[in-house]
Amino acid sequence: MTVTTITDAQLAPKDYASDQEVRWCPGCGDYAILKAVQKACADMGLVRERTVFVSGIGCAARFPYYMSTYGFHTVHGRAPAIATGIKLANPELDVWVMTGDGDGLSIGGNHMLHVLRRNVNLNIILFNNEIYGLTKGQYSPTSRRGTRSPSTPLGSIENPVSACAFALGAGARFVARSIDTLQAHLITVLKRAHAHTGASFVEILQNCVVFNDAVFEHITGKEVAADAQILVEHGKPLVFGKNKEKGLRLKPGKLELEVAPTGPDTLLHDETNRPLAQLLAALEPPFPTAMGVLYCNPTESYEHDVYAQKGAAQGNGDLDALLSSERTWEVGP
Amino acid sequence: MVTSVIPGRQRETRDSVVIRFAGDSGDGMQVTGSQFTLETALAGSDFSTFPDFPAEIRAPTGTTFGVSAFQIHFGGRDVMTPGDAVDVLVAMNPAALTVEIEDLKVGGTVIVDTAAFTDRNLSKAGYAKNPLEDDTLARFQVLKFDITKLTADAVKPHGLSSREAHLCRNMWSLGLLLWMYGYERTASVEWLKKKFAKKPVIAEANVAALNAGHAFGETAEMTEHLVGYVVPKADVEPGRYRTVTGTEGLAWGLVAGLRAAGIEKLVFAGYPITPASALLHTLANLRAYGVVTFQAEDEIAAAGAALGASYAGALGVTSSSGPGIALKTEMIGLAIATELPLIVIDSQRAGPSTGMPTKAEQSDLFQAVLGRNADAPLAVLAPVSTADCFDIAIEAVRIATKYMTPVMVLSDGYLAHAAEPWRIPREADLPRFPVTYRTDPEGFHPFLRDPATLARPWVKPGTPSLEHRIGGLERDYDSGHISYDADNHARMTKARADKIAGIANDIPLQTAALGNDKGKLAVVGWGSTFGAIHRAVQIARDEGRDVSHIHVRYLSPFPRNLGELLKRFERVLVPEMNNGQLVKLLRAEYLVPAESLPKVTGKPFRVTEIAQAIRKMV
Repeated sequence: MTVTTITDAQLAPKDYASDQEVRWCPGCGDYAILKAVQKACADMGLVRERTVFVSGIGCAARFPYYMSTYGFHTVHGRAPAIATGIKLANPELDVWVMTGDGDGLSIGGNHMLHVLRRNVNLNIILFNNEIYGLTKGQYSPTSRRGTRSPSTPLGSIENPVSACAFALGAGARFVARSIDTLQAHLITVLKRAHAHTGASFVEILQNCVVFNDAVFEHITGKEVAADAQILVEHGKPLVFGKNKEKGLRLKPGKLELEVAPTGPDTLLHDETNRPLAQLLAALEPPFPTAMGVLYCNPTESYEHDVYAQKGAAQGNGDLDALLSSERTWEVGP
Repeated sequence: MVTSVIPGRQRETRDSVVIRFAGDSGDGMQVTGSQFTLETALAGSDFSTFPDFPAEIRAPTGTTFGVSAFQIHFGGRDVMTPGDAVDVLVAMNPAALTVEIEDLKVGGTVIVDTAAFTDRNLSKAGYAKNPLEDDTLARFQVLKFDITKLTADAVKPHGLSSREAHLCRNMWSLGLLLWMYGYERTASVEWLKKKFAKKPVIAEANVAALNAGHAFGETAEMTEHLVGYVVPKADVEPGRYRTVTGTEGLAWGLVAGLRAAGIEKLVFAGYPITPASALLHTLANLRAYGVVTFQAEDEIAAAGAALGASYAGALGVTSSSGPGIALKTEMIGLAIATELPLIVIDSQRAGPSTGMPTKAEQSDLFQAVLGRNADAPLAVLAPVSTADCFDIAIEAVRIATKYMTPVMVLSDGYLAHAAEPWRIPREADLPRFPVTYRTDPEGFHPFLRDPATLARPWVKPGTPSLEHRIGGLERDYDSGHISYDADNHARMTKARADKIAGIANDIPLQTAALGNDKGKLAVVGWGSTFGAIHRAVQIARDEGRDVSHIHVRYLSPFPRNLGELLKRFERVLVPEMNNGQLVKLLRAEYLVPAESLPKVTGKPFRVTEIAQAIRKMV
């Protein structure tokens, strides 16, 4: 997102860590995300006192406690609403919303929809581990059909929501995806999100080591990664495979993607093309999962437009004139 | 009551009069009532109004559920309520007559448009026979005019369609009523010209109808009961006055409070709900006063955005009615836990659930004081009149910012829409209570309490070296860090309770609004019932009864002498527009044998209902 122009180039990643002990489970993907965010902050020289991390409830929502910036750990699903209020009060603050699949897409799905369509200038980082971790392992709105959990002992019969497809459908103008273990890629994506004006939505596939371990192994596993992921880059061909030998092209006569050997008909990624972003966001096995900035097409932010409207929040109006507006009458002594 | 016709058309004198305008929701009754109110005000009388409109935006014409009414009580003295019984009923159609006639005094005057009493309209209103032609209305003075034709004749030169002409009937009626009470038409003419500035023909026609109604009273062939009256001016404090609704009072009071606190911005976040939406609409036009309004996606988001704004150093305000307040509850809990200022305005309506959205009730007192998970105290205030809405909003800002707490303001659907005269305060005379944001890092932690108020510091994000994290998890008393320590939780729970309880030392002592501070009976009320209780107690005292009126503006915490005051009375009666809520809080808090006088009809108390209850007790 942001409007921040002041930077602090002197700070190292560790300077963005608070003095609080990090209390995620050993091996949790959240550690890698925390590390990536702190590195991205340092790379961008974010000024700590102008930066606010806002979260709802869940494992991901503990995030603000571990940052040395301002932080607000709020109630379940409502971080986008609170962050919107913060931006309305002070558009100059650099505000991040840290959320999860349950927090952001289930209990807070409504707020996510509206914060994206309004285009509030926020960085929204959604940790997707396809499970409710903090409440001990129930299936979440991104869990795949058949997911066995304490609340679905016979397997989930619900269809999962795709976080990125949802964001695009809500009208988000920056949608990206990365993985907790792809440290360098993740840092790049976070920096792109921060540079974008308006609501930036980043889905991070994150491994829950306790309740949903290896749920992304079919995408992230060393053996399969090259064929199971496609790293998209604006203006570059949409190719994947160990030797980039496979590409995505449009299926003749259909509005569908298909995999074919890299060639002249391989599509170039255009991150300003919303229909393409929607096709990429929806790819699922046996297609490769798309990683990187799927869509980026900035416009003025909501709070910018709020303050650009005539007579916006000046505060110097004549109170006596207001109270005496319309008909008044004098009563003599 | 009219008893005789005075030769030479002299005007009779009345201390106060109650008029009700009633018609279809499309007949312009609210506008007629508002304009009559303005002329009353300009003539110097005191007044109190009660707009009563249906939930349907445009109910089918001629139906009883589509009747819209506006009541005004005006006069020289004792105008404390919109009035119990109606002296003059203007009924624009049979449905209005059948719905409203029960409130007309025996001997009262009813003015009807005979042209509206068609078979079709009579049948829609449930009349088997025309009540104008039998003895249905024998107990009243009936003034039958063909208002439709008289209006059509008056507007004829302006070339209106018959439908357009029909819509001018309300102005003809207004003209007649203004004549009856000797009031001017200037302000109404001005208003019509402004309202129809882009349709000058319509403006002219309406003025013609208004003038025709007035002239009819002045010159018409005398009907026996069409009499002119004089209503004396009110004896009020000198000054500059205007009419104010509770909604306007709250909106302007919030702006005044913002200024008094020296806060740069007010972020008001709301979600459309009857009858609270008017506050959002009013504030949306106050951008020049530091107000940012936000129509959120739901009630929860509205509360969240307001709280986020307060976290960022602005004044966060949210508003709703009962069901919406219920949705905001979790966020209010977060405001209590994180100790941030937040103003929550509840325009109460009849419930539970959707209930009766356009009908007023005082049934959210428990929700305001008690309705949250865990031990979660906050401050609760209730304005006693539309004019008091202004002062209570300022007081809410003062308490919220000084004590870093949510403050709930309990208005209601009646206060929101009713209008009263208001002596306009000058900004220079308003209180000042500038807030201080913490900027000093020395010894800082986010829950470091002020020893006097127990409030924690307010820090604006953006302040260097004060970066900190807050949230809903319990926090350590001494460091503000997350803490699950048992003793610490007990200590923090007590600190939160003591902070709110301590507000009692910073608010006025409770006094009796009328009568002695001890005696046989105290009638204790809160909120919009002030006028009805006050008048009833006045009447009972005039009858020689030992009774006092106590009206509680501060409902949490109560004024610190309230218990002691109540204990000086032998009996305590608590009239409330709910099934008995304040009465239970008083009994629980003070162990006083308070008795309940509940009213849950969706209508305000009548003075007589309370007076009767008093007579039974003393």
